[in-house]
Amino acid sequence: MDEIGTRLPPMAGVVRVGLRHPVRWIIAALCVVVLVIVGRAFAYGQIEWAYVGRFLTAKAIVQGFGNTLLLTALAMALGIILGLIAALMRLSENPVAKAIAGGYIWFFRGTPIYLQLLLWFNLALIFPSVGIPGLWEARMVDVMTPFWAALLGLGVCQGAYTAEVIRAGILSVDAGQVEAARAVGMRGPQVMRHIVLPQTLRIITPPISNEVIGMLKHTSIAAVISYNEVMHTASMIYFVNNRVIEMLIVCSIYYLAAVTILSILQSLLEKRLGRSLNRSSRRVASEEGAGA
Amino acid sequence: MIPAIVARNVRKSFGQVEVLRGITLEVRFGEVFGMIGPSGSGKSTFLRCLNSLETVDDGDVYVNGEFVGYRFQDGVLRQLDDRELSAQRMRTGMVFQRFNLFAHMTALENVCCGPMVVQGVAREEAHKTGRALLDQVGLKGYYDRYPVQLSGGQQQRVAIARAMAMKPEILLFDEPTSALDPELVDEVLETIKALAKEGRTMVVVTHELAFARDVCDRVAFMDEGQLVECATSAELFGAPKMPRTRDFLQRLNAQAAA
Repeated sequence: MDEIGTRLPPMAGVVRVGLRHPVRWIIAALCVVVLVIVGRAFAYGQIEWAYVGRFLTAKAIVQGFGNTLLLTALAMALGIILGLIAALMRLSENPVAKAIAGGYIWFFRGTPIYLQLLLWFNLALIFPSVGIPGLWEARMVDVMTPFWAALLGLGVCQGAYTAEVIRAGILSVDAGQVEAARAVGMRGPQVMRHIVLPQTLRIITPPISNEVIGMLKHTSIAAVISYNEVMHTASMIYFVNNRVIEMLIVCSIYYLAAVTILSILQSLLEKRLGRSLNRSSRRVASEEGAGA
Repeated sequence: MIPAIVARNVRKSFGQVEVLRGITLEVRFGEVFGMIGPSGSGKSTFLRCLNSLETVDDGDVYVNGEFVGYRFQDGVLRQLDDRELSAQRMRTGMVFQRFNLFAHMTALENVCCGPMVVQGVAREEAHKTGRALLDQVGLKGYYDRYPVQLSGGQQQRVAIARAMAMKPEILLFDEPTSALDPELVDEVLETIKALAKEGRTMVVVTHELAFARDVCDRVAFMDEGQLVECATSAELFGAPKMPRTRDFLQRLNAQAAA
């Protein structure tokens, strides 16, 4: 060691003290105070918690939420099917298919969902009857029930958004994957099914989960065409008993519970689809040696 | 016997840039054919024309005696459809610079995917041959690893096994070691060398001059979209005839010495 080095004191073994964070403590204390004030306000506010408890298990509310879940599942399924078709059309080389998919996305993303629901519900004003000529015929007012109007309205609109999510997912799959699949002799549809879409699925799971959670709550807009989902049911009840806040709290509990479950399902799904990205067994591989 | 590959006056442009300016060459069955040359000389593009990953603008490409990408009918060349193109591509196997292993599949699934999807081979049988192929490239016990869990050299060896799984008549290598860390290059070259000894027909685009000299029967030197010189590897490396070949080899040798 040179002369300068020996004059600098050695610090091995000396206790090291971390940096203090006084501001963190102050901010944390302020947050707690605000939380207590808000909590106290609600505790002493005019909420009849007994009503909340009673209506939480009321048959009408449970059925209403059942309808919410049904509409969410079916509208989302329709949205994903339409979205996949529209995404593939938009990515195709066929200019007509491309333009039609573009127009679909343009229209259904470009108008409010509220407006679209009213359009579907009032379709009878444009087409008084519906059917296959000579085989089956019905009056549109009988066919376009609140359920069908809500399902078509939400599902078709969702398809326009999902199309863009799926398209982005497909585009993010590396072009080399497609070339490799082509090189082993796969045909176009086989490349899509076995190579591109499985990888797309992993990429689009977070945004699609987001859309499912959004859809669960958007179904409440079907109340405007008097579909019996949970918000509509709750409003029917509070028009009679005037317990507006209590009924809204009941609805919140149902929505929060469902979203919590969906979030858990999402993370399980992501974990499963992410298996191929988990580098953790890399270490095991190197411990085993080159294997050659 | 017909040659494995015949190229005559192959031309190809990307926009205004002509990347292949009349390539003529022949590769015989059982031969290991090397292609060397500076980056951008067109050697990779030429290789990709052999299995229709790129289309040729003009000239002939025959692989396994079949005209690539088109079928001659009623006096015109009709573009092959999806199904015909697949049938043609099956007869060559390709190994890419960046491996391009299917990221969502394990090593074994990568190898078995082609036979199962394209040829309809049953899972049991495909897995059996798949494991044998992975053993052959020195990856016994790595069947269930995903690509991210493998080193670059291991990934490239899986890619070689994947290409062989389709039992192709010709193997195409597109700079198989260019994306590898230096210490991983040898394990891949050794694997390719072992295949060469089996008498397989291979076209290898490479920057590894020592490998080309030792393993290839014949080597072509390409520059600026032209085939400058094509000779046995002993001749091309020992006594290059063309000044451009000599310059290229000297430059690289000087670099290696420095």
